[in-house]
Amino acid sequence: MKKLVLSAAVLALTAGLATAQTVRMGTEGAYPPYNFINDAGEVDGFEREVGDELCARAELTCEWVTNDWDSIIPNLVSGNYDTIIAGMSITAERDAVIDFTQNYFPPAASAYVGLSADADLSGVIAAQAATLQASHVAETGATLLEFPSPDETIAAVRNGEADAVLADKDFLAPIVAESGGELAFVGDDIQLGDGIGIGVRESDAELKGKLDAAIQSMKDDGTLNEMIKKWFGEESLVF
Amino acid sequence: MFNSCTDPSALEGLSWLLCYLTTGKHLSMYWAVGTVLLLLAITAPVALVFGFGGASAARSRFLPLRWFGKAYISVVRGVPDIAFFMFFVIALDQAFELVRHKIKCPGWDQDIWQGNDFVVCTAAKLPLGTAPQWVHETYGFFLAVLTFSIVFGAFAANVLYGAMQAVPRAQIETAEAYGMTHRQSFWRIMVPQMWVYALPGLSNLWMVLIKATPLLFLLGVEDIVYWARELGGSKTTQFTDYPHPDWRMWYFLALLIFYLGFTRVSEVALDKIMKRLTKGQATMGGEAQRKAAA
Repeated sequence: MKKLVLSAAVLALTAGLATAQTVRMGTEGAYPPYNFINDAGEVDGFEREVGDELCARAELTCEWVTNDWDSIIPNLVSGNYDTIIAGMSITAERDAVIDFTQNYFPPAASAYVGLSADADLSGVIAAQAATLQASHVAETGATLLEFPSPDETIAAVRNGEADAVLADKDFLAPIVAESGGELAFVGDDIQLGDGIGIGVRESDAELKGKLDAAIQSMKDDGTLNEMIKKWFGEESLVF
Repeated sequence: MFNSCTDPSALEGLSWLLCYLTTGKHLSMYWAVGTVLLLLAITAPVALVFGFGGASAARSRFLPLRWFGKAYISVVRGVPDIAFFMFFVIALDQAFELVRHKIKCPGWDQDIWQGNDFVVCTAAKLPLGTAPQWVHETYGFFLAVLTFSIVFGAFAANVLYGAMQAVPRAQIETAEAYGMTHRQSFWRIMVPQMWVYALPGLSNLWMVLIKATPLLFLLGVEDIVYWARELGGSKTTQFTDYPHPDWRMWYFLALLIFYLGFTRVSEVALDKIMKRLTKGQATMGGEAQRKAAA
């Protein structure tokens, strides 16, 4: 952490004062492979790589900060950081409060995971609070059990508190693969949301424009697709 | 950290554990222990000062000051901690920025509140957007200290208010008979004697404060409970060199031992202070000490 800060500071100084504005990138740091804290204690993951590339293309100096998911939008609008890049799906509800750039990740599949493939999907379903999946579970009529972090939703299924968990399939896939048969996907995948975008303040049109242009250039030259394949596997959905 | 840690998958047993416990992530957790201790070390005296001020204000003979003291005590005690930490801090931060904005950017023509957004000019940001991360972290830390101090200061004020009332009236009467002014009898007679009545209440507050530190993460300060949850959660091989199942139980067990040890040390220290304060007091404890010595 310290080293990262130091090297970022040194970089900022050597890069000259032309790039005066530092953009603070807010993320959760608990949602691999989108974002997580690596062994060295730094923010890592798909979004770290995309974000750093976007900052380089838009010629911005970026700094990464982590924030609790529950208060991630209030802290953006009050200006504690400038973007949310935390696997946040674009929805009409959120769009009313903040603005989104164009998506840097296509609408992802969500999936149910339970202790067996025939788990009861109308029973108790765990989901992270304030997510697309949580509102979907509420709509299906199943009993929704909310947790503040993604990790706790999995733990709830493991200890039998919930019949299944609904989350992004990309988050669940490595967990199911390494559970040694303890966990299994249940039912079909479902599509929720309009893909994942970077959240910015509604008053921050300039930053939104810069990021939009950078995302477009990454889509055009294929670097974004390469990153998606690197983090989510060869057969994942690309642009 | 160590050279032998370059390939963790080849390690086993203790050497694996040694490498695992010295990853950068774990070092951040050890750092967080220091943060929590520092927070307690600063907050406790500051809250005591707030409490003393609040209690003195609530007993003031000057009516508006008395109202202020009583309002501080009852409002802050009545608001749930979590609401206080979620909203008060953001409001406090915005108030600071608003004041700086008014001073530094008089020519600003846009609205400060644009819908949900709070927008002040770049020069008024606190800390400045260009400031390195440690400045942001330190600023967040001191906002946390201030908030904790205000909350615990209100509770301390109520304890001290009660303690001031508990000093025997006869003591003050004697002071008046000697011709002391109100101020003199307050500082020379009441304040030295009130601590023995305040200590049980204050020690309760101290214990609660020790355990309230997880509220720090609401303010963006990474405390030990956050790290225990983060480090203990199950990790798959794709994202770490040290994969493990859900180990939160062990991390929380370590936290349990830390907190129990810390409260035990506090108890011993508070007992010592109590013994000292009781000496020569006109209380049952003071009487017992006198008899034991005689």
